[in-house]
Amino acid sequence: MLKFLLEKEFKQFFRHQFMPKLVVLFPLMIMVLMPWATTLDIKDIDTIVVNHDRTGLSDDLVETVGSSTYFNLKDITDSYDEALRAMEFGEADLIVEIPAGFENDYVETGAADLLVAINTVNTTKGVLGRAYLQMLTAEFAGREPSPAQSQTMLTPKLEVLVTNMYNPLLDYKHTMVPGLMVVVVMLLCGFMPAVNIVQEKELGTIEQINVTPVSKMSFILAKIIPFWIIGIFALVVCMLLAWCIYGLVPAGSIWCILLFNCLFILTMTGMGLIISNQSSTMQQATFVMLFFVIIFIMMCGLLTPVKSMPDWAQAIAAVNPTKYMVDAMRGIYLKGSNMTDLWQEAVALASMAVILNIWAIISYHKNS
Amino acid sequence: MEREIVIHVEELTKQFGNFTAVDHISFDVVKGEVFGFLGANGAGKTTAMRMLCGLSRPTSGTGTVAGYDITRQYEAIKKNIGYMSQKFSLYEDLKVWENIRLYAGIYGMKDTEIARKTDELLERLNFARERNTMVKSLPLGWKQKLAFSVSIFHDPAIVFLDEPTGGVDPYTRRQFWEMIYEAADRGITVFVTTHYMDEAEYCDRVSIMVDGRIDALGTPRELKERFCARSMEEVFQGLARKASRAD
Amino acid sequence: MREFGAFVKKEFFHILRDKRTMLIVLVMPVVLIILFGFALSTEVRNVNIGILAPSPDPMVRQIADKLDASEYFTVTQWLNTPDDIHAAMKADEVQMVVAFGQNFSGGLLSPDGSQLQMVVDASDANMAQSYTSYASGIIAAYGSEMTAMGQDTGILSQVQFLYNPQMKSAYNFVPGIMGLIMMLICAMMTSISIVREKEMGTMEVLLVSPVRPIYIVVSKMVPYFVLSCINLATILLLSVFVLGVPVAGSLAALWLVSLIYIIANLSLGLLISTMAQQQVIALMFSGLLLMMPTMLLSGMVFPIESMPWPLRGISCILPARWYVAAVRKLMIQGLPMIYAWKEIVILASMAVVLIGTSLKKLNNRLE
Repeated sequence: MLKFLLEKEFKQFFRHQFMPKLVVLFPLMIMVLMPWATTLDIKDIDTIVVNHDRTGLSDDLVETVGSSTYFNLKDITDSYDEALRAMEFGEADLIVEIPAGFENDYVETGAADLLVAINTVNTTKGVLGRAYLQMLTAEFAGREPSPAQSQTMLTPKLEVLVTNMYNPLLDYKHTMVPGLMVVVVMLLCGFMPAVNIVQEKELGTIEQINVTPVSKMSFILAKIIPFWIIGIFALVVCMLLAWCIYGLVPAGSIWCILLFNCLFILTMTGMGLIISNQSSTMQQATFVMLFFVIIFIMMCGLLTPVKSMPDWAQAIAAVNPTKYMVDAMRGIYLKGSNMTDLWQEAVALASMAVILNIWAIISYHKNS
Repeated sequence: MEREIVIHVEELTKQFGNFTAVDHISFDVVKGEVFGFLGANGAGKTTAMRMLCGLSRPTSGTGTVAGYDITRQYEAIKKNIGYMSQKFSLYEDLKVWENIRLYAGIYGMKDTEIARKTDELLERLNFARERNTMVKSLPLGWKQKLAFSVSIFHDPAIVFLDEPTGGVDPYTRRQFWEMIYEAADRGITVFVTTHYMDEAEYCDRVSIMVDGRIDALGTPRELKERFCARSMEEVFQGLARKASRAD
Repeated sequence: MREFGAFVKKEFFHILRDKRTMLIVLVMPVVLIILFGFALSTEVRNVNIGILAPSPDPMVRQIADKLDASEYFTVTQWLNTPDDIHAAMKADEVQMVVAFGQNFSGGLLSPDGSQLQMVVDASDANMAQSYTSYASGIIAAYGSEMTAMGQDTGILSQVQFLYNPQMKSAYNFVPGIMGLIMMLICAMMTSISIVREKEMGTMEVLLVSPVRPIYIVVSKMVPYFVLSCINLATILLLSVFVLGVPVAGSLAALWLVSLIYIIANLSLGLLISTMAQQQVIALMFSGLLLMMPTMLLSGMVFPIESMPWPLRGISCILPARWYVAAVRKLMIQGLPMIYAWKEIVILASMAVVLIGTSLKKLNNRLE
């Protein structure tokens, strides 16, 4: 019986004017374009220096700012208001104001103030801007020590070396690519099933099926299996693109990736079918699915880290299948994690898959 | 002559909230007869039929179809019936033979048997040329004939037809009724709803539903005598005038 | 005009009758804005650190304590050999390991100095950099504490955080979430509801009525326009009273920009509906092909200035990009409307172009 139902599903899918195209087009769009967009990297902070001092030391400092890779020196003025206006127009995000008497204070007392204003609408920019500036001034003070400071004082000499494991060049594209694969699979295998059964309801074809002795299990399985194959196909497209465009191949085992995707697709398809079963119009199904999908994407650690969320939000993320999937895919792709490292993620996904699919079978009513 | 009863219904009722769509109906249908189920729009015909097919659970009352209880053994009933709904509900994006194959497969027929019977059917319907046509592009009359053929393809004991000839031209309607008689000759019990009164004359027995209740039941001749009417049309008009529910 | 009123009424009834969709459309923005307003953040928190020290002398312990005491890091493991680093990171037990050399404290004050190595899990490249910057900052501060012995020397930066003094990440994300929600509701709902009538064949019935087709289409947009306005009001109230993100600038200007944005998106939905023959297509188009670019390219999470130029180019055709920029200026920074003139003009022209194209397409199809 299942054979005939599967034949039907596949024929319908391949005959559709849009779906087969979508399954190729969507991974292509996401994998080719999106990774380039996803940097939080804040290297060049547009900076304006307001120099009231105009001395050798202050000019020196301005030059240090200008030559630093962290800051992009847009302008040097002597009016703070002018600088602020530039910030309001979005031309700069950081204003460094060197007060008059800067050199004098530094030489006389060993300490001098620097006034800094940062546009913190983006908080990361704020924190990083401050950190960069502190490193810069510390380095500057080390190079040009104040004569007022006691020469005899012992200064500790500490060199900090940074090793970036798994992604030595800090290529943000490598961070995003495995995560975006998860999003591609999630959206395809979530939305397509979500509208599938409800579409049969709207067209009336489900009535004819319901009056046959078809078993609920076969019917739902016939709905799940095609999406499962479509999802794996989309994944393979993504992986090939990742290899061709970004030279990224999984550090861990491909079987591990397949296993996780099988579980994940089952979870999403199950969820989509539940929504489809419970909805009476496609509009309803779409919006319910959309609601979950947005939450899934936003709270999976792809855009902002789950660790940075408040505890209650982390608790919500703990029931988000996408979160486990993003963790697992990043682990396998970049760190070479294996099943021993990821068994918790696997168990979480497997239990969600089982629960959701049983629910999907139960929620399909052949009679009302 | 005692004939086997294939549908037996007692005090069958379906309520949606406060609204009683089907109000304590009782009747029997015997094997091989063409049973007409008449009523105005909204009288409760489709609801009653859906309960008999196991698509809808009755609020109260009992009934058996093909020997199975409609409240509990509805999945067993589904093995023994065919159903053609009011709205065309074959897959429009599948070809003619693919729709036949799908439903035959669901009823558990074997590949070879399906292939053989499909050829036979298309030949008989003079339909062989349309074998590979997408159902979407068939004219309505043909769609209806195909839907009916699919519903009896697996030789069910009973076939339920919900307004099968709605929107079809008179010539095709005639052909359609010939197909119904052929099916009845093969021993399939036909349970058909309609609001074309000329079609009522073709039935062995008819029941007329008004406001969720069966107001009249019998052969067309009996009913015409009882209501002193010349045609079923008049019988129906007389009964329908009492209806409080209109749509 | 009377007929137009009747059509609008019909559309309202349609929407009001579908309780579940109504509920979702009205509740979705509430849940999303609260959830993301509080939850989305790129600050460094709860980062687990391992310490690798062959000889854990007091100075190593002090540095470990400093890191542990910060709000960013927790020292969870002391590792023994460099081999442990990979194992711990692979299982995601730690995100960074601070490795000290032999005789760390002794070397520190010698002329050669000491070395300290930070090994960071860069599989999240964006955060890895923040982790090392934050940790370097803490260790540098420890170094100057030792030198200065409590004295203030060197160059002291007095930092002032403009527009967002409490450093709430909601300030950054609220405009983006507003842009995303309104886009989805307007474009998706309009397109699906129009295509639905096409699919069901009821559109034909409407089109043979004496009312001009444009009124029929516009009447379908009116209820969604009203719903979007309700949503906008809810979002603003929630962000002010729940998230504590004030409307720093003029409320009227903010509404003006938002209304233009809503109209642009309704027209986008209309355009999609003229092209799609089935609801599934309209839905997949707006749900997949529109949502992801809006999420990633509108500047809601990832800064547009950091993107390569082709993507910056693509982002320019997204209405959400301009809306998010305008809301940041008008709502968060509290600038007068004149500062957002560019965004307003671009959004308005987008709306005009979208309405123009879709009406033209609609007429072509009918004739």
